[in-house]
Amino acid sequence: MQRNMYIYILVMAAVSYTIRVLPLTLIRKPIRNRFIRSFLYYVPYVTLAVMTFPAMVQATQNPLAGALALVLGIVLAWFGLGLFGVAASCCIFVFILECFL
Amino acid sequence: MGNTEKTKNGQEYLAGTRDGIPIALGYFAVAFSLGIAARSIGMTPFQGFLASFLNMASAGEHAAFTSIGNHATYLEIALVTLIANARYLLMSCSLSQKFPERMPFYHRLLCGFGVTDELFGICIARPGWLNPFYLYGAFLISAIAWSSGTALGIMMGNLLPFRAVSALSVALYGMFLAVIIPPARKSRVVAVLIGLSFFLSYLFGILPGLSALSAGNRTIILTLLIAGGAAVLFPVRDEQMEDKENAA
Repeated sequence: MQRNMYIYILVMAAVSYTIRVLPLTLIRKPIRNRFIRSFLYYVPYVTLAVMTFPAMVQATQNPLAGALALVLGIVLAWFGLGLFGVAASCCIFVFILECFL
Repeated sequence: MGNTEKTKNGQEYLAGTRDGIPIALGYFAVAFSLGIAARSIGMTPFQGFLASFLNMASAGEHAAFTSIGNHATYLEIALVTLIANARYLLMSCSLSQKFPERMPFYHRLLCGFGVTDELFGICIARPGWLNPFYLYGAFLISAIAWSSGTALGIMMGNLLPFRAVSALSVALYGMFLAVIIPPARKSRVVAVLIGLSFFLSYLFGILPGLSALSAGNRTIILTLLIAGGAAVLFPVRDEQMEDKENAA
């Protein structure tokens, strides 16, 4: 059976939006429960950390370049460089490294 | 709405656009490779643009495109999208706490479009309550880059030099680091959690059985485990939470 690409896209979009908008619209009051508050406080750090490693090392052509960029990113972020600065430094660093590696 | 508030919203919008630039760059590179996948299942550039603009999800779109290539049913596409994107449910719960209760409802509806890994990351890094215009600024520039990157990938395939793609591909992760590392400097618990997350994420990727999990599901399981465990062992003190309310 030949299916319609636009219906495929519509189905994807409807599911993606529902997942994102339900908690935002349903949870409108500040949550008082201490466990849930603590859990949600930790969620972003854990989620982003899980997504960063080892994916960052696997994203570059040469894994060593990704690994070194990871170390550089941690150091620069530790000393307070902002979002754009850290991201751009990692890109440039990988570009330079991969010219030699 | 007074003039000062309008000015403030404008400033927040510009700040969002500025912080959205590295996201947009990274998105563009990733979207380009997503476009190559979309091309292989017969999508037109317009369809790729539309799919990316409406979904804003790399793993979710990639999984769905693969299934479409295998002539999946509409129900299967819905399920694949749900599983690959389920982590946004958690992020959205977390983000709901960054908005004041009195914020107009339509802002919540609009912000729903903008819950992506990266936009969520920079929103959480904003001190105090989140002004939705900050998210709009970051969303618009990154959504345009994401969608047009997909369309261009469909049109041009492999024209971008691989070295440039490789370099751009770390932009997103560099940004994640800029979000999670500064709080780790202030809180030893957060620092340990980040190290533990790195380690377990690596372990889940290589252990037999567990490595069959998709990256999206790995993220969900590890987030529930680690953040849940931390919430039991190290419940956050109220004064830590109140930083937010005081700054608002």
